[in-house]
Amino acid sequence: MSLELDAISISSSTGTALFEPLTLRVPAGSVVTVMGPSGVGKSTLLDAIGGHLVHGFHMSGSVRLNGRDVTRLPAEARRIGLVFQDALLFPHLSVGDNLAFALPADLRGHAPRRAAVEAALSQAGLDGLYARDPATLSGGQRARAALMRTLLADPAALLLDEPFSKLDPELRDDIRAFTFAHVTSRGIPALIVTHDADDAAAAGGPVIALKTKPQRA
Amino acid sequence: MSHEGRLLRAVVLAAVGLGLIAPIAFGLWQTGRAAFGTLPALGKDAISLAPWRELAELPGFGTSLRLTLVTGLGSTVLSLVLATGFCAVVHTRMNTTAGARFLAPFLAIPHAAMAVGLAFVLAPSGWIARLVAPLAGWERPPDFASVNDGWGLALLIGLMVKEVPFLLLVILSALSQIPVARHMAAGRALGYGRGVVWVKIIMPQVWPLIRLPVWVVLAYALSVVDMAIILGPSNPPTLAVAVTRWFSDPNPAMILPASAGAILQALIVAMAVALLIMAEAAGKRLGRWWLRRGGRGLSSEPGLWAASTLVMALMLAGVLAMASLVVWSLAWRWSFPQILPESWSLKPWTNAQGGWMRALTNTLLTAGATVALSLALAIAWLEGEDRARRTRAPWAESLIYLPLLVPQIGFLYGLNVGFLQIGLSGGIWAVIWAQVLFVFPYVMIALSDPWRALDARMIRAAAALGAGPTRRLWAVKVPILIRPILTAAAIGVAVSVAQYLPTLFMGAGRVATLTTEAVTLTSGSDRRITGVYASLQAALPFAAYLAAFLVPAILHRNRRALSGKSAT
Repeated sequence: MSLELDAISISSSTGTALFEPLTLRVPAGSVVTVMGPSGVGKSTLLDAIGGHLVHGFHMSGSVRLNGRDVTRLPAEARRIGLVFQDALLFPHLSVGDNLAFALPADLRGHAPRRAAVEAALSQAGLDGLYARDPATLSGGQRARAALMRTLLADPAALLLDEPFSKLDPELRDDIRAFTFAHVTSRGIPALIVTHDADDAAAAGGPVIALKTKPQRA
Repeated sequence: MSHEGRLLRAVVLAAVGLGLIAPIAFGLWQTGRAAFGTLPALGKDAISLAPWRELAELPGFGTSLRLTLVTGLGSTVLSLVLATGFCAVVHTRMNTTAGARFLAPFLAIPHAAMAVGLAFVLAPSGWIARLVAPLAGWERPPDFASVNDGWGLALLIGLMVKEVPFLLLVILSALSQIPVARHMAAGRALGYGRGVVWVKIIMPQVWPLIRLPVWVVLAYALSVVDMAIILGPSNPPTLAVAVTRWFSDPNPAMILPASAGAILQALIVAMAVALLIMAEAAGKRLGRWWLRRGGRGLSSEPGLWAASTLVMALMLAGVLAMASLVVWSLAWRWSFPQILPESWSLKPWTNAQGGWMRALTNTLLTAGATVALSLALAIAWLEGEDRARRTRAPWAESLIYLPLLVPQIGFLYGLNVGFLQIGLSGGIWAVIWAQVLFVFPYVMIALSDPWRALDARMIRAAAALGAGPTRRLWAVKVPILIRPILTAAAIGVAVSVAQYLPTLFMGAGRVATLTTEAVTLTSGSDRRITGVYASLQAALPFAAYLAAFLVPAILHRNRRALSGKSAT
């Protein structure tokens, strides 16, 4: 179980590469931190790994997940979970239905699906909030619900895009500990991009600096 | 880019190209051929300028031309000036959402219904005259033509009552994209008055955002038919009305000069837009020169207040017009100086029941079908862009506006020729197709911005959770965007219900809708029956707007982010 990036390079529509080609292996259960100046393309890198690159960007190199090349697969078939700085819970669904949306379809039957969602809510300290409007949750509740939603989809790898940067400072350590505890207990590879040195320290894994491609005059 | 995305985009492009653009091009081509003397059906196949000479010699041609230019250009320029002045005064007190809600009735009501109502209000025996009568000592309606006047003033007012609210909405939504308050503070701190900052700093930023809608208003005002029949001078009428009459002349040879007139109508719109572009360029240079001089002395406050007062007067006239439709439809005895009817009755409604039920059914049928088709096409287009992860190309953007800029009269005759050839003319399907040409652009324009404003990361989150494109569309996008989708549908209903010329031409006069009936009835004398049809015509878009407001409110009653308080 590992996430392997082989000579990933992304160029914009003008043809300029965003950063120097990146080769990286994230072993299962570990969290690799990618840091770099803003604008270097950290989020674009995660888009490329997850299969969300917008038109105009071109990617070379390959992404392998557990030995399988997923570079050509659409995002929904890659099984790579995303955690953003905003919770991005679907506003039209209740908290519980947001989680049920993520649950794989091969778990059949109303009762077992409901039980799986309730268990996830309980793990996140959200007992009894199945029917709640996500807009009425607190920031911390929302972040935990979003993480549980991502994990319920049973991802084979996880990408975190500055996941704690919008949280209040007093909440940040709490959510960070909660997130990393769940990621390591899953034993899946995770990649986090961040500005915050505390994130890197808490992640515990190697820290990679994304370098701007030297521009030729 | 997925294979499915490519297929969807190809299907949408084919539908828009073959279904919407090709018919307009074909219609213009056919009309153009007839304008230059080629009409095989009449045995004419030589190219000649004779139709143009005939056109120039038709009685009243010169007057028609002048009327079109005065009412079309005049109403657009005046509306723009008034709307700008009004926005300068009220923008701090009115945000886009509140503005949209307040302006909705004026935007929703079809031009024909508004025109009928205004005719009721402005006529010598209308509400204004009745209010003035006690002061002026009138026992009978005064003897002057305040509607269908020879200068086209009533038409000018009618156009402005519809155009000013539209431009207000467009300007308000443009202002919401500009940091107006901060620029205003910066400008005033440098010693410029409020009105001067508005003209020198704010408007130059607003104009690029409202340029296209202003073109649409201009094209519409120059080529409007239904409102011009109801409010405009009747003999000679404006060019668009005259051309419509010539096309339906019993003498088929009239088709040739009529076609020349239709092409002329299209040329007038093209030249007016070109004039606007040149005025913009000249205004830019002049504005820069003025701006660099740094003059601060000019005070435009009185002008702003005058503009606001006039806008309020137009709105008041609009409200009176809407009310007068209902009052007339329920009036029984209503002699002249009385402000309200002396006796009320439902008889106008019950007596004409057979007629309006049939027209209502046709109207509902065409509106339902056109809006469903337009909405499906718009969603397919936007979804195709999403799947290809592309933004819209500028050429595609202008393709959407094309049907709104080319005058209807310019291509509808030629299009009908084409429909006749494929045996589609004269039926409800031909009407539906022709209406989609004009409903689709509005639906598309209304839906594009909210669709793109949806957080792309929300869709990525759904994809990362394993949801494929179909599930992302139906389980995430459509439910979240249900309010803008229904609003776009309501706008589509309003546009469809208001269509006059496409219904008349493509239906070959056999498909009677509320609009065609209302326009026909205005030439008759019974205001009560006209009031019935015009009330119904106005009521349908109102009902659609109301549904677009209520359905999401009920559906999402427990969802704070979607219950109407937020932007989406």
